[in-house]
Amino acid sequence: MKVLVTVKRVVDYNVKVRAKSDGTGPELGNVKMSINPFCEIAVEEAVRLKEAGVATEVVIVSVGDKSCQEQIRSALALGADRGIHVEAEGSLQPLAIAKLLEAVVDREEPELIIMGKQSIDGDNNQTGQMLAALTGRPQGTFASKLDIADGKAQVIREIDGGLQTVSLALPAIVTTDLRLNEPRYASLPNIMKAKRKPLDTLTASELGVDTVSKVTLVSAEPPATRQAGIKVASVSELVEKLKNEAKVI
Amino acid sequence: MSILIVAEHDNASLKAATLNTVTAASEIGGDIHILVAGSDCQAAADAAASVAGVSKVLVADNAAYGHQLAENLAPLVAEVAGDYSHVLAPATTSGKNLMPRVAALLDVDQVSDIIAVVSADTFKRPIYAGNVIATVKNEEAIKVITVRGAAFDASAAEGGSAEQTNVGAAHDAGISSFVGEEVAKSDRPELTAAKVVVSGGRGMQNGDNFALLEAIADKVGGAVGASRAAVDAGFVPNDMQVGQTGKIVAPELYVAVGISGAIQHLAGMKDSKVIVAINKDEDAPIFQVADYGLVADLFEALPELSEQL
Ligand SMILES: Cc1cc2nc3c(=O)[nH]c(=O)nc-3n(C[C@H](O)[C@H](O)[C@H](O)COP(=O)(O)OP(=O)(O)OC[C@H]3O[C@@H](n4cnc5c(N)ncnc54)[C@H](O)[C@@H]3O)c2cc1C
Repeated sequence: MKVLVTVKRVVDYNVKVRAKSDGTGPELGNVKMSINPFCEIAVEEAVRLKEAGVATEVVIVSVGDKSCQEQIRSALALGADRGIHVEAEGSLQPLAIAKLLEAVVDREEPELIIMGKQSIDGDNNQTGQMLAALTGRPQGTFASKLDIADGKAQVIREIDGGLQTVSLALPAIVTTDLRLNEPRYASLPNIMKAKRKPLDTLTASELGVDTVSKVTLVSAEPPATRQAGIKVASVSELVEKLKNEAKVI
Repeated sequence: MSILIVAEHDNASLKAATLNTVTAASEIGGDIHILVAGSDCQAAADAAASVAGVSKVLVADNAAYGHQLAENLAPLVAEVAGDYSHVLAPATTSGKNLMPRVAALLDVDQVSDIIAVVSADTFKRPIYAGNVIATVKNEEAIKVITVRGAAFDASAAEGGSAEQTNVGAAHDAGISSFVGEEVAKSDRPELTAAKVVVSGGRGMQNGDNFALLEAIADKVGGAVGASRAAVDAGFVPNDMQVGQTGKIVAPELYVAVGISGAIQHLAGMKDSKVIVAINKDEDAPIFQVADYGLVADLFEALPELSEQL
C-alpha cells in the first residue's frame, strides 16, 4: 500500500507570532520554521505503517516555495521514502493547496493519504476535508487511532463529546490529532541518508491548477490585550475579589 | 441575501452552538434558514423552528444522515447551498469536519472560525493560535463560513415560528460508516456554554485529583476543563481539552489550576471575562493573563477555596 503524507512548513510552535506594526500581516522575518506538528504526526503514523508491513512506500508532498524542501528532508529523515515538492510562491488558501494535492494524488494514486488536521499558522482546518471532497474519498478527521485491515481504515476520531469510530473504504484520507502518536526524533545517520533520497519538483502550471483565491487578507492586528491583573495573597482574598470586585460568583 | 445555517443537533435537540451561529448570521443580515439533516430528527427540526430570527427550517430526514457523516451530508448541503449567499455552521468538530468538504464541492474557499462580522463579506478570525487577528474578505458567490461560538452570544431558543419544508434527495455515498461512539456523560454544563470553567493541568498529578476541581465547579455551577498535558497524561478524556486545538471557551470566570499558560492553552481561554490562576511558580506565564493570581500549592489552595465558596 502506498501512503502519501502532506507536510507544511510553518513557524515553529514555540514562537509567539505578532502582527506587523503596519497591520499588513504577521511578522515572519527571522523566525524559526518547522514541520507543522500535526504533519509530523502524520509522517510518524505512515512510517509506523511501513514498519508494520502495512505500507510499502511513504511519499511526502509539500506545497510552498523552495525552502519547504527542508521540511520534506526532515520527513524523509523520519523514515519516508521519497519527496515531491510542489513549487508555489506566496501563501495559498486551502482550496488551492487541495487542488494541487489532488493533481499529485491523480499521479501517485496512493491508497491512503495522511495529513495534519490543521496547520498552526492559518489554523484553518480545511485542506484534508477539501482534498477528500475533490478526490471523492472518505475522510477520517481528527484521528487519535488508525487501523488498516481488509481494505478499510478504521479511525477513532476526537469529537467534542468524546470519541467516534468510523470505518472508511480505501482509498481514504485521514487527518491527525495530537494523540495519534508521538513522533520520533531523526537520528544523525537517517538525516544523512535523507539527503540522498529522491525529491522531485513540480509546479502549479505543470499540474494545471489555478491558485488564485477569492479570500484575501485585508489586515492583521494584535488581539485585544488584557488589563494587567493583580496577585492575591490568600484564598480568602481571592474569594472576596471574585465576589465584590469582579462579581462573577 | 439569505443565509443557510447547518444545524448541530443530536436528532432530538439542537446543540447550543447553533444558537451562537444564528447570532453571527443576524449580524451578517438577511433571511436566516436552518438545515436540519439527520435521522428521525423531527424534534430537532421543531427546536430549530422556534429559534428567534429564523424564518425557515429545511428538514432532510434520512438514515444516511443519522451520524452526520460528512461523505453523505456534504453533497446535500452543497445541493441546497445554491440558493444562498452564505452557508454557516458552528466551528465545532462536526462543523469543522463537514464544511470544508461542502466548500470544495462548491469550488469555493472557506473562512474558518470567525470571531466578528465586519460586513457581509468581511470577517475577523484568529490565526497563529490567536496571537494575530486577521481581517479577511471573502468574495466567493457563496460564502462558506464556520463560526466560533465563544465569540457570539446565543440567540433566544424560543420565540420564532419558522415554516418547515423537506429537502434534498438522500445521499448515501457508501464509502464510510459509523461504528460507534464513546460520549462522556456529565451533569455539569457543557464546557463551551458554561459561565464558569475550572481547568486543571499537569500540576494536578493524576485523574483522581480532578475531584478537587469538580467540587469547586459544582459549587458554582461550572464545567471542568483541562490542558493538553493533563489529557495526554491520561488524567482526563480528550473532550475536556481547552486550547488552540481543543475547545475555545470564554466564560465569565476561568480558573486555571496547575496550568503553566502555554500559547496553545491561552488560545482557548484568553477571551474569558475574568481569569484566575493558581500556580506554585510565580513566574508561570499564566499569571500574565490572569486578573487574579494566587501563588500557592494547589493541593492546599483548592480545599480551602472549595470550603469558602
Ligand atoms: C500543535 C500543538 C497544539 C497544542 N494544543 C494545545 C491545546 O489545545 N491546549 C493545551 O492546553 N495545550 C496545547 N498544546 C500543548 C502546550 O504547548 C503545553 O504543552 C500544555 O498546554 C502544557 O500543559 P500544562 O500547563 O498543564 O503543563 P505544564 O506546562 O507542565 O505546567 C504545569 C504547571 O503546573 C504547576 N504546578 C505543578 N504542581 C503544582 C502544585 N502542586 N500547585 C500549583 N501549581 C503546580 C507548575 O508550576 C506548572 O506551571 C499544544 C501543543 C502543540 C505542539
